[in-house]
Amino acid sequence: MSKVKGSPGLCFVEDRRSNNRKRSSSAMAETHSLQDLRQAAVTSKVFVQRDYTSGTICKFQTKFPAELESRMDKQQFEETIQTLNNLYAEAEKLGGRSYLEGCLACLTAYTIFLCMETHYEKVLKKIAKYIQEQNEKIYAPLGLLLTDPIERGLRVVEITIFEDRSIGSR
Amino acid sequence: MKNLDYQQIDPQALATPTPTPPPRPLPEHKPRRARRKWEVFPGKNRFCCDGRVIVARQCGVLPLTLGLIVLTSGLFFIFDCPFLVEHLTGCIPVIGGVLFVFVIISLLQTSFTDPGILPRATPEEAADIEKQIDNPTGSSSSYRPPPRTKEVVINQQVVKLKYCFTCKIFRPPRTSHCSLCDNCVERFDHHCPWVGNCVGKRNYRFFYTFIVSLSFLTAFIFGCVTTHLALRSQGGNGLVFALQASPASALELVVCFFSVWSILGLSGFHTYLVATNLTTNEDIKGSWSGKSGNEDVGNPYSYNSIIKNCCSVLCGPMPPSLIDRRGFVPSDDSVQTSPVEIDLPAAKNDTNMERDCLDFALSCAG
Repeated sequence: MSKVKGSPGLCFVEDRRSNNRKRSSSAMAETHSLQDLRQAAVTSKVFVQRDYTSGTICKFQTKFPAELESRMDKQQFEETIQTLNNLYAEAEKLGGRSYLEGCLACLTAYTIFLCMETHYEKVLKKIAKYIQEQNEKIYAPLGLLLTDPIERGLRVVEITIFEDRSIGSR
Repeated sequence: MKNLDYQQIDPQALATPTPTPPPRPLPEHKPRRARRKWEVFPGKNRFCCDGRVIVARQCGVLPLTLGLIVLTSGLFFIFDCPFLVEHLTGCIPVIGGVLFVFVIISLLQTSFTDPGILPRATPEEAADIEKQIDNPTGSSSSYRPPPRTKEVVINQQVVKLKYCFTCKIFRPPRTSHCSLCDNCVERFDHHCPWVGNCVGKRNYRFFYTFIVSLSFLTAFIFGCVTTHLALRSQGGNGLVFALQASPASALELVVCFFSVWSILGLSGFHTYLVATNLTTNEDIKGSWSGKSGNEDVGNPYSYNSIIKNCCSVLCGPMPPSLIDRRGFVPSDDSVQTSPVEIDLPAAKNDTNMERDCLDFALSCAG
């Protein structure tokens, strides 16, 4: 019933012709931007799995994958994942607000879900924005791309590693 | 694919303007209608209203459930209410109406809501998992290997996560694969044929509301019909006379009598499950009841407080649907993964651009 949108992953639906024109004009950029990444080759994908040690809440493992060692800073990666975990914890938090929302929904026979955006959906939008921002500022210049976990059913954080063609991007 | 078409046309030949380009059927050049994800959904589900509504393929006896409820309530409002309003109070149809509305709405929501279906793994994800669990001792893969499991410790309990061969994922805790719907469902409770859908994380609260309000409704109708018949048979008329005067009441009585016991029982059972934060699946399998002889087993998901368990199950935040039914299928997978495009030196880039421009011109012309 809910609509979940928004992440760089969905933006890959684009006309190939306009890509070709862009490619010939942009040539060799010194640092990658998100747009350049669309034309680069995918070397591999790394999947950060869920961490179930705290139960069924949405939490991802903060273990630094070996494939990223040459590309980025461990601290930065852990910070990104930890922030994501905190945001998901906020979405799933059991507190006064969620109980109020739940009770109100129950009294209206759950019909308010049809008109109102739930707290979870609001936080998901925040997460999408955060990922977009992280991609633009940190990951795209390193030739990496984070995919919003909601696009993978909240199972994994998919990190796409692109072929590093730029000179001195690090 | 598109590249094959380009090779058939010689760009040099087409550089000279030809009045009539050879008539070619160009089905590939028409922009393909973007398809929504529900149209390519691999599970056994049916979708209505352009993906807004989801039902299991086998809708079970949902029409029967709806029919019984509507028929019984209809008979009640038509035949019993006028008498009772006259002899007792006008609140009766109001209460009956409110309960009826609650029942129907929660039934429809249980049936038409995504129960918490987990989308299947993408090919890359599946390959990554296969790599991790590939047996390094090199077992010959001519036979299906034994079920793969992963162990994780939750709240000092060892929980086994099983690998789902259909969805190609390790199932999260409390997730189970429903064979009727062919989907992995989070916090899988059971597949209910009466509502024609699985009951899982996202629609459990609707299901609970449905059975509780239905038990109130059947008990209410049962009570009202009994009162009605009792009032009619007063004054020495007898029960037979009362039944003859209002035959519909007899039917309602029968339906409600049998329903009340089963539905009340079910409500009681599910109230117990909610209070202990268990699912029907776990209760039936005895996952946490220590049947295996291990005395240390307890439910790791329970908050050990009835109120907190109830609140978390029924009033917790509503998780979103993970299958994104109305999203569009990414139309060009090759944009991301084809290596052919980028390794070309600058000169060939121009030829490609020219080819593309000509191709575009052709599609406009033909």
